[in-house]
Amino acid sequence: MNSVIFQVAARVLLPVMLLLSVVFLLRGHNEPGGGFIGGLVAASGYILYALAVNLPESRRLLHVHPRTLISTGLLIAILSGVPALLVDQPFMKGKWIEVTIAGFEGVKFGTPFVFDVGVYLVVLGVTLLMAFTLEERYQ
Amino acid sequence: MLIALPVLIPMLGAALCLLFWGRSRPQAVLALASTASMLAASVWILFGVRDGTILTLNFGGWQAPFGITFVADLFGAIMVTLGAIVGLAVMAFSVGASDRLRASSGHYPLSLTLLAAVSGAFLTGDLFNLYVWFELMLLSSFVLLTLGGERGQLEGAIKYVTLNLLSSMLFLMAIGLIYGTVGTLNMADLARRIDDLQDPKLATLLATLLLVSFGIKAGAFPFFFWLPASYHTPPPAVSALFSGLLTKVGVYAIIRVLSLIFDQEWSLLGDVVLVVAGLTMVTGVLGAIVQNDMRRILSFHIVSQIGYMLMGLGIAIGLVGSLGASSPIAVLAMSGAVFYIFHHIIVKANLFLISGAVLITTGSTNLKEVNGLAKSHPFLSMLFLISSMSLAGIPILSGFWAKFVLVRGGLEAGSYTIVLVSLAVSLLTLYSMTKIWTQVFWGEPDDLKSPPLDRRTKAWVYSPIAGMCVLTICIGIGAESSARLALDAAEQLLDSSRYIDAVFDGASAQIGDAP
Amino acid sequence: MNIILAFCCGLLAATGTYMLLRRSFVKLVIGLALLSHAANLLIYIVASPLLGRPPLVRAGETQPPAPFADPLPGALILTAIVISFGVVAFTIVLIKRTYEEIGTDDLDQMTSTDRDLC
Repeated sequence: MNSVIFQVAARVLLPVMLLLSVVFLLRGHNEPGGGFIGGLVAASGYILYALAVNLPESRRLLHVHPRTLISTGLLIAILSGVPALLVDQPFMKGKWIEVTIAGFEGVKFGTPFVFDVGVYLVVLGVTLLMAFTLEERYQ
Repeated sequence: MLIALPVLIPMLGAALCLLFWGRSRPQAVLALASTASMLAASVWILFGVRDGTILTLNFGGWQAPFGITFVADLFGAIMVTLGAIVGLAVMAFSVGASDRLRASSGHYPLSLTLLAAVSGAFLTGDLFNLYVWFELMLLSSFVLLTLGGERGQLEGAIKYVTLNLLSSMLFLMAIGLIYGTVGTLNMADLARRIDDLQDPKLATLLATLLLVSFGIKAGAFPFFFWLPASYHTPPPAVSALFSGLLTKVGVYAIIRVLSLIFDQEWSLLGDVVLVVAGLTMVTGVLGAIVQNDMRRILSFHIVSQIGYMLMGLGIAIGLVGSLGASSPIAVLAMSGAVFYIFHHIIVKANLFLISGAVLITTGSTNLKEVNGLAKSHPFLSMLFLISSMSLAGIPILSGFWAKFVLVRGGLEAGSYTIVLVSLAVSLLTLYSMTKIWTQVFWGEPDDLKSPPLDRRTKAWVYSPIAGMCVLTICIGIGAESSARLALDAAEQLLDSSRYIDAVFDGASAQIGDAP
Repeated sequence: MNIILAFCCGLLAATGTYMLLRRSFVKLVIGLALLSHAANLLIYIVASPLLGRPPLVRAGETQPPAPFADPLPGALILTAIVISFGVVAFTIVLIKRTYEEIGTDDLDQMTSTDRDLC
């Protein structure tokens, strides 16, 4: 698409949307949001970029192939169920620890979050794989 | 934890395979390793449930009606084991038969995802979770079907996709209605609470919706058109995987849902299932007779064989309506259905693998183009003979015993019409198997268009086929113990209180939770 | 409100079925998408959406405070939407490939897998 406004907007919007997607991912456990929504927002950022600028550039910004994202996400999601097994509890039972991050004490970090990260990556990967495949044929 | 393994192992294998995109050798090793360990895990489960215990697992520790529950009873464990056997055979076959491009791209990860979804469908104790596994299974099969993108594949895929999606929508609507009226989706909980429905006709409606939806997936009578239109189009390994497992998941779902949940509908649904079974058998076999391509003939035979499985179910639940759940005849008929399923999965997948071997040795599966394989490839011909005779039901082989149990159940139940139909259909099956035999294997060998296979390919292609043949013979010779297994599974299926108790009983949950 | 939604659901299902039965396969995809919307809406209607607070259990209690909404239909619908999104996206790629390969969007032309080719 040859619209200068669209191109400039996409360049600005991509980092904003990526940041927003991480925010969604982090607040997802108790408030609206989560890995799925985060993944979709991030994917739409890249798709917007591919539409506005071009596909190879958008692929380059992603750095890895969407397929790798899918498999990494899947592995992370499966592995997030394992910690509960180590303490003899059912698979995927949530385990939480409290950590201190950047001066914030008592930040809860747990396996459901790890699972959400896996979902985020899988959704991002799958959506981009489909969108890029369609876009490739179109161009 | 143990009973989640048949799902987790192939899923993990698929994720790892994706990391090795573009390299066929590591992917093949991973695929073989994960299917082999999946087989080991499922045999382990089978031994765990052999004595009649039902293993359960509540994911994340959420108790039964609230969380997702996995349940492995004898029937489920048998199905998972068979899925793993077919998976292993197909992976081994793919190592020999797949072309390089296919083997290094999506074939292995997608097949593994398909296997994970199939095991998930066999093990889950939750209706919505079953829907999710169905969809995962369909998505991976869609892509497997179209990978390569030849004209026939794409045309077949459109029919496959449309009808299967329609069935998923019906399933989803049924789930919505069930949740709205009964208030739960856990199958054991549903079985307890479906009797509280104010309007008993509602239960009939729900059962019918589910029956139609699963009937489409199983390829039962009025809804089978997608199957012969698509199963012969993908590469042989994929056809074998589909033919062995996909329709059987539909049959499994019909059996599970009808036997567990809708027990007050049995006398009504028994007749419906019987009529559907008879028509499925007849139309399937008549379709097969007019075909002139090995893989098309086999696709139509899948349809006709689905009829036999439904026949056992129909007789059993029809009888329970009048005689009560503990009636030995009903158990016998049900065990016929179970026996038939496990005979069929092995034999049918194997026949598709053999047709694949014919395809890669001669370049065609058309009956008029291939001749005289008995002279040029005696070993392959012998393997085909064993499998096809087993499919037709020649004594000593597994198919004979499967049909024997079914027919005996039918005779004792007094359902003479369906028995007569099934015997006639099995004669016609024999006819179309001999048709393949006389045209493809007898006669003078042609000059082969394709170059002869090298030794490595041959070993990978023939060994799974030979292994499955040995399995068919073993089931036939050890018919006593296979029939015993099927009887126990059938008894468990018809007595839904055991399943319900296992799901809600903390004690057996402990067994399942132990790592 | 529910009666309006029920009519919407019926309308979606009817339109979807009509689209499915047409010959062009672009309309086939539209039909599938509409049918999946109908199914999702059906879950929403039948599970009778109750207005209420989110079902969060406060510390020290065993039940959420009284008028609380059932979260499950939402979760079911969300999952179903995700799945149908994936399936429809795949179907679009499929019909595009098919159109390139066969050069027609007429379903009646796609009979080569049903005919015996010899």
